[in-house]
Amino acid sequence: MSYPADFRYSKDHEWIKVEGGTAKIGITDYAQKSLGDVVFVELPKPGAKFTAGSAFGTVESVKAVSEVYSPVTCEVLEVNESLASAPETINTDPHGAAWLIKVRLQTPAEVQSMMDAAAYEAYIAEKDKEAHA
Amino acid sequence: MVNFGGWDMPVEYPATGGLIAEHMAVRTAVGVFDVSHMGDIVIESTGTNKESAAALAAVQHISMNDASKLAIGQAHYSALLNPHGTFVDDVVVHRTGHEGYLLVINAGTREKDFHWVRDNVRGFACTARDVGDHYTQLAIQGPRAADLLSTLTAADLPAVKNYWFTRGEVCGLPNVLIARTGYTAEDGFEIYVPSDAATSAMVWNRVLDAGKEFGILPCGLGARNTLRLEGRMALYGHEISDTINVWEAGLDRFCKMDKGDFIGRAALEKARAEGLRRTLVGLEMVDRGIARDDYKVFDQDGREVGYVTSGSPAPFLKKNIALAYVPPALAEVGTALLVEVRTQKLKAKVVPTPFYKRPR
Repeated sequence: MSYPADFRYSKDHEWIKVEGGTAKIGITDYAQKSLGDVVFVELPKPGAKFTAGSAFGTVESVKAVSEVYSPVTCEVLEVNESLASAPETINTDPHGAAWLIKVRLQTPAEVQSMMDAAAYEAYIAEKDKEAHA
Repeated sequence: MVNFGGWDMPVEYPATGGLIAEHMAVRTAVGVFDVSHMGDIVIESTGTNKESAAALAAVQHISMNDASKLAIGQAHYSALLNPHGTFVDDVVVHRTGHEGYLLVINAGTREKDFHWVRDNVRGFACTARDVGDHYTQLAIQGPRAADLLSTLTAADLPAVKNYWFTRGEVCGLPNVLIARTGYTAEDGFEIYVPSDAATSAMVWNRVLDAGKEFGILPCGLGARNTLRLEGRMALYGHEISDTINVWEAGLDRFCKMDKGDFIGRAALEKARAEGLRRTLVGLEMVDRGIARDDYKVFDQDGREVGYVTSGSPAPFLKKNIALAYVPPALAEVGTALLVEVRTQKLKAKVVPTPFYKRPR
């Protein structure tokens, strides 16, 4: 799966797609692959506020629990409710239908300090090399 | 790959479907696991008097089940105990001959187990040998396991009942130990072939090839764990350990107090007289949420009463299940309990175990 050029990426394997003053946040294809079959998603309520780097939710596969971190300072506007009944969408469409939350950006400049697609692909290639070393 | 007792092992095989698909293959068709990490200890009588029964006496001394009941070609579940009546490890004891036994043990405890066995059989006219490196052990598990294996061997598989074993040619290899055992709560076999890389790869590939028509998937540690959990089979370091005794773990039926003395027996006698302080129960989550290993368990008044030993989504049962230690007063089926999942206390209830029983 390719990493969209109009997304930015975090070292914790979240992506963010900015649309004006709001943005969608999800987890990357790399993240869903290392988790395996996702069976449970726990997300915040609209109105919740997060600072960059703080955990806003949990994604669980059969074998593991993984916290999801907000790459930016934001307020939650909307939550992807469809994931409660179809968490496996995270495995099948991590960069599209399986967005987790829609947020209002507090400090848009934070997005600029995140990795672009090329930098993220280089980052995960390095991770894979470490894992197989 | 994860490091498991010094072995690099796959948690799952994502390219062929991953954990849930692997679990379902074993419940509905067949799966194959490379379980070569399991340790193998051979105990045999020494000397010329092969009827001396020294090996049996040694096995009786170090394990809690009654090995005198084993016929040649038969195996049973048992455990090695500390003097406190707690677990060194659980084992499957195979009687391989008049004066020979094969103990199959866990990877994580292999070295500890072998030293413990060697030290504790010193007083008997027998030898204990660690032969784990000689074998590649494959577990072929699932309702189609017998159909699959019968295409690779001429051995009379229907004659091999549950927890019995035979020897026969498999994939052209002579004298392969074929045991109707496993750790999945499903029918299946475990075969022990020479451990050199070429032979191991040949057998693995032939099992997968022959298994295609039966819907085989290669299975990793992840499915091994969820399958054994649905079947309420103990895992060392979780349901059993050196701080948990036999009664607490509910393994009474594998512990034969009337067979004569054995290591741990006196402590178990005492523990039985004192009564249980905690017991292993099955939990099913009522609220939305997944109980995981080591999560805390509370009663309805919010008092901490125990902990989860193993917790996971159960792929076949499609429920979130767990095994947990709680006081006996809270062990009755239907008892409402709470499991702390991150910041919330979620509702759970005590349910009968095993969670899954295979249809016969």
